[in-house]
Amino acid sequence: MTQHKNDPVLSISNLTVEFPTASGAFKAVDGISLDIAKGEVLGVIGESGAGKSMTGAAVTGLIDRPGRISSGEIRLNGERIDGFSEAALRTVRGRRIGTVFQDPLVSLNPLYTIGRQLIETIRAHLPLKAKAARARAIELLREVGIGEAERRVDAYPHQFSGGMRQRVVIALAIAADPELLIADEPTSALDVSVQAQIVALLKSLCEKRGLAVLLITHDMGVIAEIADRVAVMNRGRIVETGPVADIVRNPREDYTRGLIAAIPSIHSKSTRPVLTGADHLVRVENIRQNFELPGGFSFPLLRRLSPVRHITAVDDVSFSIGEGQTFALVGESGSGKSTIARIVAGLLRPQTGRVAVGGRRMGESNAPAVGGAVQMVFQDPYASLNPRWRIGDIIAEPIRRLGLGQNRAEIDRQVAELLERVRLEPQARHRYPHEFSGGQRQRIAIARALSSRPRFIVCDEPTSALDVSVQAQVLDLMASLQAEFGLTYLLISHNLAVVRQMADRVGVLKGGVLVEEGAVEQVFERPQHAYTKMLLAAAPDIREAFRRREVGPGRDLTTIGGEETLPLEAG
Amino acid sequence: MTGFVLRRIFQSVLVMLAVALIAFIVIRFVGDPLESLASQETRLEDRAVMMQRLGLDRPVVFQFASFVRRGLSGDFGISYKQQEPVTRMIAERLPATLELALASAALALVLGGLLGIHCALKPESPLTHFIMTVSLVGVSLPTFLIGIGLIYLFSVELGWLPSFGRGETVKLGWWTTGLLTLSGWRSIILPAITLSLFQMTLLMRLIRAEMLEVLRQDYIRFARARGLPQSSIHFGHALKNTLVPVITVAGLQLGSVIAFAVVTETVFQWPGVGSLFINSVQSVDVPVMAAYLVFIALLFVVINLIVDILYYAVDPRLRIARGGGET
Repeated sequence: MTQHKNDPVLSISNLTVEFPTASGAFKAVDGISLDIAKGEVLGVIGESGAGKSMTGAAVTGLIDRPGRISSGEIRLNGERIDGFSEAALRTVRGRRIGTVFQDPLVSLNPLYTIGRQLIETIRAHLPLKAKAARARAIELLREVGIGEAERRVDAYPHQFSGGMRQRVVIALAIAADPELLIADEPTSALDVSVQAQIVALLKSLCEKRGLAVLLITHDMGVIAEIADRVAVMNRGRIVETGPVADIVRNPREDYTRGLIAAIPSIHSKSTRPVLTGADHLVRVENIRQNFELPGGFSFPLLRRLSPVRHITAVDDVSFSIGEGQTFALVGESGSGKSTIARIVAGLLRPQTGRVAVGGRRMGESNAPAVGGAVQMVFQDPYASLNPRWRIGDIIAEPIRRLGLGQNRAEIDRQVAELLERVRLEPQARHRYPHEFSGGQRQRIAIARALSSRPRFIVCDEPTSALDVSVQAQVLDLMASLQAEFGLTYLLISHNLAVVRQMADRVGVLKGGVLVEEGAVEQVFERPQHAYTKMLLAAAPDIREAFRRREVGPGRDLTTIGGEETLPLEAG
Repeated sequence: MTGFVLRRIFQSVLVMLAVALIAFIVIRFVGDPLESLASQETRLEDRAVMMQRLGLDRPVVFQFASFVRRGLSGDFGISYKQQEPVTRMIAERLPATLELALASAALALVLGGLLGIHCALKPESPLTHFIMTVSLVGVSLPTFLIGIGLIYLFSVELGWLPSFGRGETVKLGWWTTGLLTLSGWRSIILPAITLSLFQMTLLMRLIRAEMLEVLRQDYIRFARARGLPQSSIHFGHALKNTLVPVITVAGLQLGSVIAFAVVTETVFQWPGVGSLFINSVQSVDVPVMAAYLVFIALLFVVINLIVDILYYAVDPRLRIARGGGET
């Protein structure tokens, strides 16, 4: 292999990936070209379906059938690899190209220790004896920042937290010292503080090992943090490419401009009018919820004698929400946000404490949830709509159940009206959920929530499964519906920028405890609690990232968030 | 782990007590046990003596307690028809059933496993399409029809294999085996195939479906992206994860192979527990029926227990979560 110093590690030219469909070939990737040099991080950004993951899959020859590379070249250090046989590709995958996938919870085989998976990978590529491979595995774990590597090499994946598992995944990806690392949404499934750590780890590996990195993500914040250059993809094509700072500050293309404008920033001040003197519609007083952990000595008769381990999901939380206002709860996974959402929506009865909506206490007969005054919008619009029901029936169900419509024509009119309210065609009521995109489904979920004429809606991560541009539309819709109907929202989110934009007041949860609560501007501008400060510092933000990078590598992100703990619940 | 096993054993004991209660009720109240033993000529005094001897004059609770106590020591009374201890009758015929069941379970596991894995790894090959089509026949044809068909073909038309019985047997202590003689082996082939066909197709289709599902998982994609050899991905990573749900079904199927060998044993006149049960039903031999009930229940409970413990061996997530330990 003849190689010059400035030759790119990866060079893609005119790559097209096609999927045959009934109506001709669908081009998932349409004639893209890009280069990555040694030690360079190239970010590929785009919304779902833009073809960015497909590009990564094409490089490693892992395109799912029936998709195929129909034209173009992929060169790794000058050697053309796109026509490689499966056997030849196996010597490239892992050995010369490492891959990191999005979700560390499902990337590791649950039945084998991480040591076994590491050793297997090392020995598949390097001529090492078992003992030497094990030593290398421990060394790798240390390099990716896993403490007590000698001991933990024999642990199973479920014994690690999400962030730690992603470190293990990275160790596996670099196990055989590859030249190129393809990271496909490596931080999207992680909490912000952990996300910052993983980003820092990737950056340092890239510098230390001179890795070329193809970073695929939908998150401009992550790109701004570590990428040198960025390629913006839309519908299989590269719209625009260039150094990150140029693209973010002076995007040339409309698509890029729209994409960047849609990203909410935690630094843009809230534009919501400050409401004062509103009556409190929702009161949550001292709620507490423990979950019993499995295990221990649990004979039915002897249970009382043995100590049962509990995990406190919600610990003495109180807050109230003024009529027509939005109260946001933020916190990382496991902080009890969703448990509170379920309690407030009446889906779960708190062990102690009370929740009252409009003066009526939840859990008593004729509870507001039953009367339709409280509704809920869930995170995943793909799972929260019954796939076998038509949209019209999904939205009409609460109307029929609560007797809000007199006859069929009346109900049909209400459904059509609701669909118009969420800016969908009334004709959509004759179709099924799978015919709609994620954003449209979330609108349908909102229409369903509105159908019982609620005063209060609990929104549990309503936009975290959506692309940024769609997120902006859904947030817009929520805000205008609130203004129109005087709705009260409880917004659960891990996205601080969304919270700053949408909420009037915000509560910060940590380990089930409400550590800070106040008006949104006050909390974002003058956070009091150390945890709130940490969350704000870790949140990925484009402008912040540039400021940081210009100042120089002063901030050590690895220390943010402190020690990671093991997940308490494992099964 | 120990806590879990103890709890499961405790539950198993409860299940067995419930089954024993049903068996007891069957013996005690389905027909008068005295009537079955005594003839018309038996004198009233003798009847009273018999009643006392059988404990039928004592309160029902005590009768049940003594039924359980005797059951624990393997005493389920005397067969009405054969006038022999029921336990001994079952023990005599058990080896025949167990040999047949194990032979067909082995056949089902090996063939079903191999075919299932093939169908999952090569979903588009012509052989897969052929196997999948034929397997429908295996699932839908009733056992007796398959048995009769096999007898017709291999015994009547071709004359290769015997159509009934176990062939020559050899006694090893209390165990009689047909597996040490040529005629024994020749005799077991047809019934074993008949009995295993349904289980085989079931396991095959299950393994195929589960394995296809596992192959779609991200950790398999990640294993491929690491350049691991094909064999290690398929048989190390994918197969082991496939086994977790398959173990339950395979275990329960082994239980039902033994319990529902009745039809096959009848078709092939196999001298096992199943045909004993059929005979006892025909002659209303209540103690045999009750003992058979308890025996089959015990079998299922034990197999279930083993399956649960196997889960632990295969899946480390359970070991930690249920065992209460943390690393």
